[in-house]
Amino acid sequence: MRPRRSRTAAVRVEPSRFAVRDTLSESLAGILQRPARSALTALGTVLGVGTFVAVLGLTATTSSQIDGRFNLLTATEVTVEDIAREQNAFAEPGFPADADLRVERLGGVRHAGVFHTVRLDPATGGVRAAPVGGGAGGGERTDVVAASPGALRAAVPRLCQGRLYDEYHSGTRQRVAVLGSGAAARLGITTLDTGPAVFIGAEPFTVIGIIEDVERKAELLLSVAVPRTTAEEIWGAPGGGGTTMLVATEVGAAQQVARLAPTALRPDHPEYLKAVPPPDPRTLRSGVTSDLEQLFLILAGICLVIGAVGIANTTLVAVLERTGEIGLRRALGARGRHITTQFLAESGALGALGGLVGTSLGTLTVVGVAVVRDWTPVVHPATVATAPLLGLVTGLLAGLYPAWRAARIQPAEALRR
Amino acid sequence: MSTAAPRLQPQLPPPVIEFRQAGLTYPGPPPVPALTACDLTIQHGEFVTVVGPSGSGKSTFLNIVGLLDAPTEGRYLLDGIDTGSLGDHDRTALRGRRIGFVFQSFHLLPHRSALENVAVAMLYNGVPRKERPARAREALVRVGLGHRLAAVPSRLSGGERQRVAIARALVARPSLLLCDEPTGNLDSANADTVLALLDELHDDGMTVLVITHDQEVAAHGGRTVAIRDGVLREQARV
Ligand SMILES: Nc1ncnc2c1ncn2[C@@H]1O[C@H](COP(=O)(O)OP(=O)(O)OP(=O)(O)O)[C@@H](O)[C@H]1O
Ligand SMILES: [Mg+2]
Repeated sequence: MRPRRSRTAAVRVEPSRFAVRDTLSESLAGILQRPARSALTALGTVLGVGTFVAVLGLTATTSSQIDGRFNLLTATEVTVEDIAREQNAFAEPGFPADADLRVERLGGVRHAGVFHTVRLDPATGGVRAAPVGGGAGGGERTDVVAASPGALRAAVPRLCQGRLYDEYHSGTRQRVAVLGSGAAARLGITTLDTGPAVFIGAEPFTVIGIIEDVERKAELLLSVAVPRTTAEEIWGAPGGGGTTMLVATEVGAAQQVARLAPTALRPDHPEYLKAVPPPDPRTLRSGVTSDLEQLFLILAGICLVIGAVGIANTTLVAVLERTGEIGLRRALGARGRHITTQFLAESGALGALGGLVGTSLGTLTVVGVAVVRDWTPVVHPATVATAPLLGLVTGLLAGLYPAWRAARIQPAEALRR
Repeated sequence: MSTAAPRLQPQLPPPVIEFRQAGLTYPGPPPVPALTACDLTIQHGEFVTVVGPSGSGKSTFLNIVGLLDAPTEGRYLLDGIDTGSLGDHDRTALRGRRIGFVFQSFHLLPHRSALENVAVAMLYNGVPRKERPARAREALVRVGLGHRLAAVPSRLSGGERQRVAIARALVARPSLLLCDEPTGNLDSANADTVLALLDELHDDGMTVLVITHDQEVAAHGGRTVAIRDGVLREQARV
C-alpha cells in the first residue's frame, strides 16, 4: 500500500503559485523599471480622471452654492424697493404712510415693514452712550436704522433683553431705541435695569431692548433701530429710493406676495415699486446642469479612452520587449495565468496610479476655483472614492489584450530570443 | 518496516530522464525533424554532457528534457512520470519544482539586482517570501558573488552573469540542472570556474545535464551523448 501511495504522490505535483503580494511587488518593479515611460503612459488616465473629478466637483460646488442661497429663509423673503424716482424725477416717495398695514393685509404675509438708514449730520456726530462731549462710543460709526415695527418683526429677531417697540411707540413717535447686540457692546450697554439711553446726534433715546440675533438683515446687529415715524420727525424723510420694505411670508406665498405687493401699496402707481421675489430654485438648477458640463464629461471620457489606448500600447510593447523575461518566468514555473496576472496588475496599477494623481489634481482644481470665487469647495466622498477605481478599471481593460498575448507566448519560443 | 514488502525492496528509484522513442519534428512548413526518435536513460546523480555541432538539435533536446517543449512522438518520463499524460498545469509545476535552467544567453532581468534575479526562481514554487532573500544570498555566496548582491546585470562581467544564472538555477534546489552552453560566452578562466561550480553541485547529488559544442567541456562529464543531425548516440569515453 505504502509504495503505491508514494508513487501517486510523485505524480501529483504541487501546483505553481503566484501570491498576491508577489504579484503586486513584481508589477510595481515592472512599472518602476521605466519610470519616465510609466509616467507618460499614466498621463492619459491622469487627465481623464482629473477632468471627471473636476467637473463633478465643480458641479457639486456650484449647486451647493445655490443650496446655500436658496434656503427656507430666503424662500419666504420678499423685498420691495422704491424706484419712484427712477420712473419720475418729481415723484413723491413710493411708499405710502400706511405701507405696513397695506401689505400685512395680503394673504400669506407674516410681517412687513419699511425701513431706511438714517443719514446723520457728521457735525453733530453719531451714536453715543452719553450726551455730546461725553467719551463713550466715539470710535466706530454705529448705523441708525429707521424701521417700522413690522420691519423689525420681519427680520425675526431674538431678544436677549427687553422688548421691541410696537405700533403704539411708532404711532406716538416715542424716542425709544432697540440695539443690536454688536451696537450695544460698542456703546458699553450691558443691562437695561439702569434705564440706559443713547444719544443720536443730540437726541436722547431710551433703550428698551437689545437684540441678540436676527435671521434676516444681519446688519441690524451693528445698528440702533428707532421707529421710522420718530426718525422722520427728527431728521425728515429720506431722499428718494432710500426706503425699502422687508416682507416675511408664509412658505410658498412669496411669489404671490411679490406679484401683489406693488399694487396693494400704490394702486395708482404700482410701477413706482419693485418687488424682488426669492429666486426660483428650478431655474437656478437648470442653469447649472448645462451643456458645458456634459461637454466636459464627454471630454473626460475621451481622455480616459486615450489613456486606455496609451496603456494598452505601452503594455503591448512591454510584452514584446520582455518576451525573454516571459520565457524565463515560464521556465521557472510560472503558468500562463501568472503571466497574465502580472501584466494585468502592471497595467491596472498604472491606471490606478494615474487615477490617484488625477483625483488629487481634480480636487485641487475644484479647491482652487472655489477659493478664487470665494465658494465653499464641495467634492462628494463618493467621487473621491470611485475616481481612482475608474483609473484602475481603465488600466485593467487596457491590459486585457496584451496580458492575454503574453500568456500565449510559448516558453521555448520566448527563450530562443 | 523494512521487512514489510520484500518484493518491492529491489525496486530502484525511477531514472530522472527516460526517453522511449521520443523525437520531435517542428511542424513547419516545411517540417523540420530536429530530433530523431531515440531511447535514452539518465539516472539520478549522473553528470551527462550533450555534444554536437550547431543546429544539430541540442537545444531541442534540452527543451524536451526541461518540459519547455513536448516530443511529437514517443514518450518522455521525468522521475518516472509520463509527461505526455500531464496537462500544461502539471508540466509547469514540475518544471518549476524539479528543474533548474542555465541558459546560453543568461536571461537575467536587466533592471533587477543580482539578488532579485536569483529570488525570481522562488516566486512560483511556494518558497515563503521571508526565506527568499536569505536563500538567494546563500546561492550567490556559493557561486562566489557574495560581494555583488546589489549589482544589476549590466554592471556584471560575462562570467559573473553566468554565475548569477547558475545561482538562480540552484536556489530552488532542483533535482535536475540543465545547462545550455554554460561556457559558450566565457573565456577559459571563467569557463573553468563555472565547470568547477557544476562539479561541486554534482558532488552534492544533483543530476547535471550540460549541452556544449566544445569537446573539451564535453569530456568534463561522467558520460557524453553525441548528437548529429538530430540523431542521439552514446559516445564512447576514451
Ligand atoms: N521553432 C522551430 N521551427 C522550425 N525549426 C526549428 C525551430 N527551432 C529550431 N529549429 C531547427 O531545428 C534544428 C535544431 O535546432 P536547435 O536549436 O536544437 O540546434 P542547436 O543544436 O541548439 O544549435 P546551436 O548550437 O546553434 O544552438 C535546426 O536546424 C533549427 O533550424
Ligand atoms: Mg542551441
